[in-house]
Amino acid sequence: MSNDNTSECSNFVCRIWQAFRRPSVRYSLGVLLAVGFVAGIIFWGGFNTAMEMTNNEEFCISCHEMQDNVFEEYKETIHYSNRTGVRATCPDCHVPKEWHHKVVRKIQATNELFHKAMGTIDTREKFLEHRLELAKNVWRAMKKTDSRECRNCHNFESMDFARQGRRAVAQHSEALDAGKTCIDCHKGIAHELPDMRELDPTMVVGVAE
Amino acid sequence: MIRKLTMVLAVLLAAAGSTATVFAEGVVSLRGPTDLVEPDSAPELKHFAKDGVPIPRDYVQQPPLIPHQIEGYRIDVNSNKCLSCHSWANYREAGATKISQTHFEDRDAHVLANISARRYFCTQCHVPQVNAQPLVENTFRPITAISGQ
Repeated sequence: MSNDNTSECSNFVCRIWQAFRRPSVRYSLGVLLAVGFVAGIIFWGGFNTAMEMTNNEEFCISCHEMQDNVFEEYKETIHYSNRTGVRATCPDCHVPKEWHHKVVRKIQATNELFHKAMGTIDTREKFLEHRLELAKNVWRAMKKTDSRECRNCHNFESMDFARQGRRAVAQHSEALDAGKTCIDCHKGIAHELPDMRELDPTMVVGVAE
Repeated sequence: MIRKLTMVLAVLLAAAGSTATVFAEGVVSLRGPTDLVEPDSAPELKHFAKDGVPIPRDYVQQPPLIPHQIEGYRIDVNSNKCLSCHSWANYREAGATKISQTHFEDRDAHVLANISARRYFCTQCHVPQVNAQPLVENTFRPITAISGQ
């Protein structure tokens, strides 16, 4: 009884599990390895391909929330149109390049799917209502990673201060010394800013209540 | 009678013709000698000075000119990019000129705690500069008190 318990197994799941545990009697180790190897490539390649399909601008703006709000604003900015024609797309700034950071971000994005289903920002008004909170989320993430996604293209080490304007030299030198990160100053460069009253009341007209 | 009328008409026509010629020769419009029906070539695009030191004023109460690019600097109900450097809270750290105290007054000269709505839209008075020659020559000179001459 102890050396053969397969006969006791009558339910389907149990039988599968037994077959899974038992050494193969029909296929050679070579065949199993070869099949496993090929299946691995297909699975892994498929996984990455599927992930990359969700990692381009077309995918991002296939939802009207992105297309009508942030993408329209982004088209006005230098990251969309500029003299050299180098263009950043949504994932260049909003999805990490390194694999494990990317997977973590993609898992977090399931929360966005939930809110898509709930229709949290499905009108312009709702979007504007949530704008400050959404912006703060992105700022917090960028602050935490030392503006990692900015630095895929812009690096303090590669910046030639001699070629920058007066203001840029002064501010970049100071920022470098103070250990600041890109997003500390460069907010609202690719999308419009939310109501900034809370963060800096002196840069908005009127007096905060 | 008819002959007389014809003569008057002829004289009038001649006069009209000659004045037309005078106008055509004497007056050149700003768009140059290009004929009205011809499409004019587009003027060369001017580029704003990237960055520079403050520009001296030319007359009393001239709004100071902006000595740098302001492309993409939004001014709307949510924020004013200019004030992120030029406000009283930020000018020291940014090394910028602070906005004038007059900008805190409403039209009844009441002093407000924050910038006045009627002074909020900076580019209504303050403008960036391109290196453009005047279209029409003029002999304007800054007044002595300002130019120091």
